Amino acid sequence: MNPLRRLAGTAGTVLAVLVTVFLLVRVLPGDPVEVLLGERASGADRAALRVSLGLDRPLPAQLGEYLRALARLDLGRSLRHHAPVTDLIAARLPATLELTAAALALAVALALPLGVLMAVRPHAAGGRLAGAFTLLALALPGFWFGPLLVLLFAVWLGWLPVAGRTGLASLLLPALTLALGLSAGLARQLAANLAETLAAEHVRTARAKGLAPAQVLWRHGVRNALLPVTTLFGLQLGALLGGAVIAETVFAWPGVGALTVEAINARDYPLLQGCVLLIALIYVLVNGLTDLAYGWIDPRVRRP
Amino acid sequence: MKAAVAVLGLWLALSVLAPWLPLAPDAVHLERILTPPAFEPGAWLGCDELGRPLLDRLLAGARVSLEVMLLVVAGQALLGVSAGLIGGYAGGPADRLLRAATDLTLAFPGLLLALLLAGLLGPGIDNVVIALVAVGWVGFARLTRAQVLSLRRSDHVAAAVALGGGHARILGRHVLPLLAAPLLVEAMLASAGAITAEAGLSFLGLGVQPPQASWGGLIREGARYLLVAPHYLLLPGAALVAVIYAISVLGEHLRRRLDPKDNP
Repeated sequence: MNPLRRLAGTAGTVLAVLVTVFLLVRVLPGDPVEVLLGERASGADRAALRVSLGLDRPLPAQLGEYLRALARLDLGRSLRHHAPVTDLIAARLPATLELTAAALALAVALALPLGVLMAVRPHAAGGRLAGAFTLLALALPGFWFGPLLVLLFAVWLGWLPVAGRTGLASLLLPALTLALGLSAGLARQLAANLAETLAAEHVRTARAKGLAPAQVLWRHGVRNALLPVTTLFGLQLGALLGGAVIAETVFAWPGVGALTVEAINARDYPLLQGCVLLIALIYVLVNGLTDLAYGWIDPRVRRP
Repeated sequence: MKAAVAVLGLWLALSVLAPWLPLAPDAVHLERILTPPAFEPGAWLGCDELGRPLLDRLLAGARVSLEVMLLVVAGQALLGVSAGLIGGYAGGPADRLLRAATDLTLAFPGLLLALLLAGLLGPGIDNVVIALVAVGWVGFARLTRAQVLSLRRSDHVAAAVALGGGHARILGRHVLPLLAAPLLVEAMLASAGAITAEAGLSFLGLGVQPPQASWGGLIREGARYLLVAPHYLLLPGAALVAVIYAISVLGEHLRRRLDPKDNP
């Protein structure tokens, strides 16, 4: 597919996500007027607030207004914080980006040795252990693994802070919580690809001409096996963004994920809508970019 | 493998038998608040912040997990397989609609859409089931659609068409039975996913509401009493991970057994 059509597809998805979130927030039960005024407000007060929030107008008109406001980066005002949603999210975004970047780096650093071990020595003790470890890691949910890490490293050993965002040491546990499942998934994928690559003819040729085993493994094996893994980068980022909601809540990390949960608990619909939109849009855009980048990374796609 | 079957068997047996066991998951004993596991009745596995016996609460939570899992996976499979059959078999506008719906659902990463739905519908186990079905049917639908697309062109379906079989007969007798194996593997994956997701939403306070016990809710409370009663965090999590791990091991085993590539 040519890049322009891909771009158009991504733009279409973005629009569909915007409209879906709008409709879900408006149509499903959960009334901002109720949240703002409480249950004992009079009917007249409710009606007046409804008019001032624009909720009395027909849905298509509300949708048009919502999209026009979005174009100005105006996501409305938070019901609870009485501040623009854009400002609240902008204040939290750096923490989330920092956490996901650290988790991504950690996941890759863990996945490379595990995956290579599983592919090169599938029947030896090391390979089996790595295989069992990755399967267990996939079964460990962040909302339990996180508190477990806190118990071990913060409470019993006292090496790292329990929660909050107070520098590099406080980043380690949330990033590890977020990275664990991802690294296991990456390692298993890499191992499957690598086993296939190492059985290929070009690797046999490389061995036959007397290259050092390490060189065969890294230059002819891992480099080729990583290619399909990179195509799934977008999906992996999705797992990270979704997992960030839980990891941030566990560690009181002041990011967008924790803000999403706060918004749900406070029934702060404009804020919830803003958070979900932002996370979904980052995900869609990165997926679109990955599609484009793949054509550039893989020489076979680059020159058809 | 044997261990996995044993764990799942124990979980199923205890969940099914739970109504007949002498459980008191809501019995408050203020003299036993947050006591560690001890050799005395009512505190075998320790107690929670109200002195309620953790063992009883774990067993009550096991039943909740099983119920939610069965409801969610059945709902997802019913919705997803029907949509996939219709889209893959009929093609045209029905298929385009299906693809638009799946693409849209997949545009939300991980639990985010389920989180939004559960948040908007309000806390409660029914809403969690609805949210997880609304998000998870996509996996079944994509799998079914892809399989139907390739089966539709196979010789035995062509023969059934030539013999004058109706659409319902072709789908029901000649397509659906061949889907059973991949769907079973997908159902195993979805089961592990449903249990994790329910526990995750309960952990965030959206799922099962107190005082009813659930593993996610127990982990949520246990994490608050980390300093004084680590058993409160460790036990429900260990139960949850054992069940998820056992399902994954069994699913992986099943996938290998049913994959024609691995069984020449």
